Amino acid sequence: MSDELEQLQQSALADIAACAELRALETLRVELLGKKGRVTELLKQLGGMAPEQRKAFGERVNRVKEALSAALDARSQTLAQAELNARLSSERIDVSLPGRGESVGGLHPISRTIRRISQLFGEIGFEVVEGPEIEDDFHNFGALNIPELHPARAMQDTFYVFGGERLLRTHTSPVQIRTMQSRQPPIRIICPGRVYRVDSDRTHSPMFHQIEGLYVADKVSLADLKYDIQTFLSRFFEREIEALFRPSYFPFVEPGADVHIRWHLPDGSSRWLEVMGCGVVHPKVLENVGIDPERYSGYAFGMGVERMAMLRYGVDDLRLFFNNDLRFLEQFR
Amino acid sequence: MKLSEAWLREWVNPPATIEQIAQRLVMGGLELEVEPAVSEPAIGVVVGHITKAERHPQADRLQVCEVDVGEAQKLQIVCGAANARVGLKAPCAKIGARLPGGLAITQAKLRGVDSSGMLCSAKELALAEKSEGLLELDAEAKPGQAIDQYLNFADNILNLEITPNRGDCLSVLGLARDVAALFGVNLKRSASAPVVVEGHQTLKVEIESLEDCPSYAGRIVDRVSPKARTPDWMRERLRRSGIRCIHPVVDITNYVMLELGQPLHAFDADKLVGSVHVRRARAGESVTLLNEQTLVCENRELLICDDKSAVALAGVMGGAASGVSESSTRVFLESACFAPNAVAGTGRRHKVFSDAAYRFERGVDPGLQRQALDRATQLIVQICGGIVQPITQAGRNQPDVISINLRRSRVTQVLGLEIPAKEIEALLTRLGLLLRAEIGDSWAVRVPSHRYDLRIEADLIEEVGRLYGYDRIAAKPYAAQLARQPSQEAQRSSDDLRLALAARGWQEVVNLAFVEPRIQQAVAPQARTIAVDNPIADTQSQMRASLLAGLIPTWLYNRARQQERLRLFELGVCFERDEQGGVIETARIAGLAAGRVLPEQWGSAAREVDFYDVKADLEALLGSALADCRFIADAHPALHPGRCARLERAGKTLGHLGELHPQLRQSLDLPSGAIVFELELAALREVAVPKPAPLSEFPSSRRDLALVVGEEISAEALLQCARQSGGALLREARVFDVYRGKGLAENSKSVALGLHFNDASRTLTLEEIDAASSAIAQALSREFGATIRQ
Repeated sequence: MSDELEQLQQSALADIAACAELRALETLRVELLGKKGRVTELLKQLGGMAPEQRKAFGERVNRVKEALSAALDARSQTLAQAELNARLSSERIDVSLPGRGESVGGLHPISRTIRRISQLFGEIGFEVVEGPEIEDDFHNFGALNIPELHPARAMQDTFYVFGGERLLRTHTSPVQIRTMQSRQPPIRIICPGRVYRVDSDRTHSPMFHQIEGLYVADKVSLADLKYDIQTFLSRFFEREIEALFRPSYFPFVEPGADVHIRWHLPDGSSRWLEVMGCGVVHPKVLENVGIDPERYSGYAFGMGVERMAMLRYGVDDLRLFFNNDLRFLEQFR
Repeated sequence: MKLSEAWLREWVNPPATIEQIAQRLVMGGLELEVEPAVSEPAIGVVVGHITKAERHPQADRLQVCEVDVGEAQKLQIVCGAANARVGLKAPCAKIGARLPGGLAITQAKLRGVDSSGMLCSAKELALAEKSEGLLELDAEAKPGQAIDQYLNFADNILNLEITPNRGDCLSVLGLARDVAALFGVNLKRSASAPVVVEGHQTLKVEIESLEDCPSYAGRIVDRVSPKARTPDWMRERLRRSGIRCIHPVVDITNYVMLELGQPLHAFDADKLVGSVHVRRARAGESVTLLNEQTLVCENRELLICDDKSAVALAGVMGGAASGVSESSTRVFLESACFAPNAVAGTGRRHKVFSDAAYRFERGVDPGLQRQALDRATQLIVQICGGIVQPITQAGRNQPDVISINLRRSRVTQVLGLEIPAKEIEALLTRLGLLLRAEIGDSWAVRVPSHRYDLRIEADLIEEVGRLYGYDRIAAKPYAAQLARQPSQEAQRSSDDLRLALAARGWQEVVNLAFVEPRIQQAVAPQARTIAVDNPIADTQSQMRASLLAGLIPTWLYNRARQQERLRLFELGVCFERDEQGGVIETARIAGLAAGRVLPEQWGSAAREVDFYDVKADLEALLGSALADCRFIADAHPALHPGRCARLERAGKTLGHLGELHPQLRQSLDLPSGAIVFELELAALREVAVPKPAPLSEFPSSRRDLALVVGEEISAEALLQCARQSGGALLREARVFDVYRGKGLAENSKSVALGLHFNDASRTLTLEEIDAASSAIAQALSREFGATIRQ
C-alpha cells in the first residue's frame, strides 16, 4: 500500500516536472487532485480501513497531496513565467527608432538674448518697459540733449516717414524719456526693442535691437553704474569679466563712458571689445522731462542685443540673425 | 585726424613712449591709434643732386643723369622721369639699396648705358599711393644725407578719433593740451607767433550777425612770391595728416589749422571787390567752390561775400574765383570763428565735406583767431616772403569770460567717490582752468576759451572723473531704491506666448520691419501703409502693416534652401496710418505653416498641414482665453474665401486664421499653399486668474449623438444648441467625428457629439441621462432639422 503511494508520488512528480505547458499542467492537476483524481480516489479507500490504519494512511495521503499540490503550483508559476517571458519577448520593439509626433520649435536668438538680459536685470528690480518705434524728433533727439544740427545726429543716420515729420527711433532712449515724463523717481527700467539706422553692410543692419537701462533715484552715481554693469556682464557671460570704463560721449549722459571687456581669443591672446555705452544722466535730460536734477540723479546704459548675442554664442556674422535661415535658428532650440 | 608724433612732441613731451601716451589718451576719452610714418622704410636711399642730364642715346624718354650723392664720385644714373632735370634734388637709391616692396638696387645697364642707382618717386618710397615723376626735394637738401633721416621716417602717425564734444582736440595744440593735463606736464610752446607789420593795407570786414560769426580776423600779405615752394618738412607733416600739397599759401593755412585748430582761408586779395561781408545767403544766390561745385543757396547758408558776389561758403569751402593761384602775389587771410549752427548742416546738405566744416561743426576756440592769423603770417613770410599788413578785426576781440560754480559735494555724489579738494583743484588746473575757492566747499571755475565745451557743472565733474581715471572709481554695491509696479498674473508676457508656440513646434523668426510694397499689397491691400522717406532699397520701402509681408519672404528663402516643412512665427509691431494721419502701432503675433503636418517620420501617414492643425495650436495658445473666443467664418483678402476664420474674443476681433488665397500663389510665385494666422497681441495676453470649481465625487456618464445635418450647419452652432438645451447636468459637449459620403445624402454630413453628464451631489440615474440626452436631440432636430443617424 505504502509502496503504491510512494510510486504514485514519484511518478506524479515526474509528470509534473515533465509537463511543458500550463494547460497540460492543469489537466494533470485535475487528474491527480481533482474530484476524481488519483489522490482523491485513494482517500476514498479510507472508508474501508480500520481507525488506527485510517489515521496513518490519511496522514500519508495528505502529505502526498500537499507535496503534489506544491509541485504543481511551483511548476505552474515557472511555466506561467516562461510563457509571459516568451510573449513579452515577441513584443520587443526597436527602441532606437525615433519618437513620433511634432518636433519642438524655438525662440529666435535675439528673443532668447533679450529674455536672458531682461531676467538678469529683473532680478535686481528692473522693470521691462516698451514704447513706440515711430517717434517724433523731441523724444528721439531733442529731449535727449541732441539738438538739430548736432554732430551726434550724424552718428545715427535716421529713417524718416511722413516727409520728415516723424522718424524711426534710432535708439530705445525715447522709452526712457516717455517713462520719466510719466513717473517720478525712483525709476528702474530696462527698455528692449527694435531700433533703426540707415546703415546696411556686413556689420550693420538697418534694423537691430537695443536694450537700454535707466535708474533715477536719490544720489545715483557712476560707482553704482559700474557695479551694476560689472555684475551684469559677469552674470551674462557666466564668468568673471574684466571690464574697462573709458570716458566717452553721448549727449544724454555726463560723465559718459564706453564699456570694454577683455575678450580672450582661442590663440590665448586677448583684446578689448566695446560692448556698451553708459553714463550719469545729463542734468538737461532730467530737466527736459520735469525731474529736478538737484534732487535726483540717475544712470543710463545701452547695449546692442545682436552684439551681446554674437559674443555669447560665438556668431560672427550679423546677417545670420535677419536671414532667418532655419538651419541657423534651429541651433538655438 | 592724423598727426605726426614728432609734431606733437614739439609741443608736449612727457617721459613716455607713444604707446603709453596713446593708452593714457584712450583712458582719457580720446581714441588714438599709432601707425608708422612710412609703412615700409627704404634702406640705402639718400638725397641726390642732379648735376647733369642728357638724353639717352638709344631712348627718347630716358635721360642719363649725373647725380651727386655727397661722395667724391658722382653716380651715372639712367632715369625715365619727366621731371628729372639739372639742379633737381631727389631721393637716390644707391647700389645695395632696398626699396619698399623688396626691390634691390644693383648695377645695371639700360639700353647699353651703365646705371649705378635709381632716382625715386614718392610712390617708390611708399610715401604715396601713386605719384608722377621724381619726388622733388628742397633745394637746400644736403646731397648724401640719408632720406630716412632727412624726412624723419622714424616718426609715427597718430590717428585720432574724437567724440563730437571734443572738437578742441582737433589740432596738435589741442591734443598737446590734453596730453599735458593727463600726464601733469607743461606745454613746451605757446600759440603766439610774433610778426612785424610793415604796411597799411586793410580790407573792411562787416559781420551781419555775431550769432553766426562772433569773431573775424583778416589780413593782407602783399608781395608774396609766386615761386615759393612748400618746404619738405611741412610737406611731410601734411602728408602724415593726409593732406595734399596744393600751393604754399594754402599749405600753410592747412598746416596752421592742423597745428592750432583754427581753419583759415586764403583769398587772392586782387580778386576781391570792395569789402568783405559775412552774411546769410539770399534765396537763389549761388557760389562756385574750389572743388568746381556750384551750389545754389536756398537755406540761408552763411556766406563770405565781397561787394559784388559770394566768394566762399563760410566755414566750409572757399570759392573758385577768389582762391589763391600760382600767379597770386597779394593774399587776404581769413581767420574767423563761425558758430557751429551756422555751418552745421550746410556741408551735409550740399554734400561738401571739408576739414574746416568738420571743425566748425564741433566748435573752434573763439579766442584763437588772431594768434592763428599771426602764425600763418609768420610762416608765409618765412616761406613765401611778403609784406605784412595790419589785422582787421571784426566782431568780438575777446571771447566772453565763462565762470562755472563747482560744488565738491556734487562731484562726490555724481562720481560716487570722495576726491580730496586739493586733488580736484590740481586736476582742473592742469586743464588750464582757474579755480577760486568759494564758501561752502565750492569753487568758481574760470574756463579758458579753448574749452568751449565746458559750460555747466556736470561738464567739470566729467573732467574731474576723466583725469582722475574712471578705473579708479570703485564699483560698489548699493541699496537700490525700487518702485515696484503691480504684478499681473492675468497678463501673459510676450515670452510666455513665444514659449507656448515653440513648445508646439513653431520656430520664431525676426524679420526687418521694412517690407516690399508688392508683397504688402498682396497680403494687406486695404492697409493704410506707411512709406519710408529714405529707404535703403525698393524692397524695403514700406513699414510692415502685416507680419505676413515678412513671413512669406522668409518662407521662400528657406524653401529655396530645401526646407519644405516649416512652421514660422513672429512677434512684432505693425504700422499703419490712422485717419488723422497719425501712426497706429499694433503688436501682433503671426505664423505660417507649410509642408507636411509632421516632420518626416516613420509610422505616421504623411499629409499636408491644414487649417485644423494650426487651429489646434492657436487654441492651445489661447489657453483659458479660449473659453470666450470664437472662430467665425470670414473673408480676408489674403485668405482662401472658404477657409478663413476671424478670431473674436468677447466681440472684439483678434485677427484671422486661414489658408493663403490660391491667387497669391500665382501673384507671389509661391511654391505651395500655407496656413497662416495673424493676431493682435494685446488681447491675446489677457487670461483669467484660475478659479477652479469643486470636483464632483460622482461618476459622469456619456451619451453619443450621431446627427445628420446639412453641410451649412456649423459645428459650433450644433454645440451651442446642445449646451443651451442640455440643462444643468450637461458638463461638456464636443465633436468627436465628422462623416460625409456613403449612406448620406448630398450636401449633408454626419456630426457625432459626445455629451458628458454629471452632478456634483449624486450619481445620475439612467432615466435622467436619457431624458437630458433626448432633450438635446430634440432641440437639435427642431433647430437644424438634425436627424439621428442609425
